[in-house]
Amino acid sequence: MIQFDRVSKRYPNGKDALSKVSFTLPAGQLTFLTGHSGAGKSTLLKLIMMLERPTQGQVFIEGQNLNGFGNRHIPLLRRKIGMVHQNHQLLFDRTVFDNVALPLIIAGYARSDIGKRVRAALDKVGLLDKEKLNPIMLSGGEQQRVGIARAVVNKPPLLLADEPTGNLDPALSEEIMDLFKDFARVGVAVLIATHDLSLIARYNHRLLTLREGRLIHDGDEGGHHGS
Amino acid sequence: MAANKGPRNATPIKANRQKPERVRRVAGAHSARTSLQDRFRSWRQHHQDSFRDALQRLNAARASSAMTILVIAIALALPAGLAVLLDNARAITRGWDGNAHLSVFLDMNISEQRQRQLARDWQGLDNITRTEVITREQALAEFKALSGFGEVLEALPDNPLPPLIVVYPDETDPVTLRALENRLAEADGVDLVQLDVEWVRRLHALIELGERLISALTLALAAAVVLVVVNTIRLAIESRREEIVVVKIVGGTDGFVRRPFLYSGFCFGFAGGATAVILVQVALWWLGGPIDELLALYNSDESLTAMAASSLIVLPAFSGILGLLGAWLAVGRHLGDIEPNF
Repeated sequence: MIQFDRVSKRYPNGKDALSKVSFTLPAGQLTFLTGHSGAGKSTLLKLIMMLERPTQGQVFIEGQNLNGFGNRHIPLLRRKIGMVHQNHQLLFDRTVFDNVALPLIIAGYARSDIGKRVRAALDKVGLLDKEKLNPIMLSGGEQQRVGIARAVVNKPPLLLADEPTGNLDPALSEEIMDLFKDFARVGVAVLIATHDLSLIARYNHRLLTLREGRLIHDGDEGGHHGS
Repeated sequence: MAANKGPRNATPIKANRQKPERVRRVAGAHSARTSLQDRFRSWRQHHQDSFRDALQRLNAARASSAMTILVIAIALALPAGLAVLLDNARAITRGWDGNAHLSVFLDMNISEQRQRQLARDWQGLDNITRTEVITREQALAEFKALSGFGEVLEALPDNPLPPLIVVYPDETDPVTLRALENRLAEADGVDLVQLDVEWVRRLHALIELGERLISALTLALAAAVVLVVVNTIRLAIESRREEIVVVKIVGGTDGFVRRPFLYSGFCFGFAGGATAVILVQVALWWLGGPIDELLALYNSDESLTAMAASSLIVLPAFSGILGLLGAWLAVGRHLGDIEPNF
């Protein structure tokens, strides 16, 4: 689903954000990405979203080399990626329904189809009864779930989450994680960037650890299974 | 929009519901595509939505929108109003052009017979439509009748007025007239040729100068309109920064992001142009009375004509295009600055 092949990223200020990072994420797998701030997590996500381009190496998504993508192709790539943000990135000038519908409108779905898909996504995250509300009236956990509904509404094969549980208490974090596990189960490649070690410890999933731009660990979170 | 509802609720839905998933599974390398027909429909739909959205935002910020629209209207009403006045001036003086003629005064000793002969000869020349003979006696009679000096003239031993041939040219452009004047001046028996169109030409030169000034004014104020819209749209872009970021993250194309702003720009321009039409019409109505009176004093039965019907459409359309241009510039300049980050 995602393949990084010796990817390096050096910013114009000379900082090496990533150095020769290689890994593969298959479909249907949930993977944690961790590391201290500044270790390169955000850069890695930006490369997948094509917000940045690698200085060296290649990123493949669904077998396609992103180096061959022009700026024109970027929107189409992003439609294949659901992105969940720590700060939700919801729009407070419209309803929950309209927030979730945005990716479908952009992708050009027929109006009648949009309603069904939005409600299916809201149902999935348990917010079907809140579709007419403004997201500002929702709790933090609910807002995050609206963000997730928006990320998955057009059924992308890839789901990225940047500190999705950053502002949530453990119980809410667990709800969110359960959602991500459900998506992985139906074949979505899920990549969760987090420095919440307790969250990682609670689940037995593959873990990628970055330190100063290098991938220093790739494998199961050994020794901390379950809890 | 209503017309589209039918077909959309019929068959395409089914195809659309399954298509993105099927495409993704079979050829994972392609993006989640909907059918071409659906995409066209949604493209058109987004145009409608953008237009409606632009109008709603215009209405939501009524006070500031009204200010922008008024600024545009005033900027356009000025050259448009002057152009109407100038059009009127041109229409009124067009009639005066036909009266352009040369008065050819002959030597005193030319006989009336010779005078008529010359007039007949000249009638066949190039650039002369017709000639009119005014004998010394006719001139005297006319002078007596019109000048009020009749009795003074009778006191004179001789008729002091020379024989006159009035020549009407077929062209009134300066070069032709000047050539004709020179040619006649050289003819036998001609004392003096007087061109009676100098003041008409001066007037025409003034009108032409006015046209140039209006053109320059139009250019300058059109640029002002574009800049006003650039600034307005720049602020709109700034206030919708979050929305733009989200749209870009979920895969909105540049066109999708740009569209609402282009419609806003067009709406501002169009509304400004339409308001300018109203301003000009009100101004003409306000000036109409005094101007008609003035024209009547100059023995003209002309009256102030309003804007051409076509201008009622052309001005708002022109202004709309200026608005579109301004929005395009603002969007090109500022939209690229807004990129998602995390």
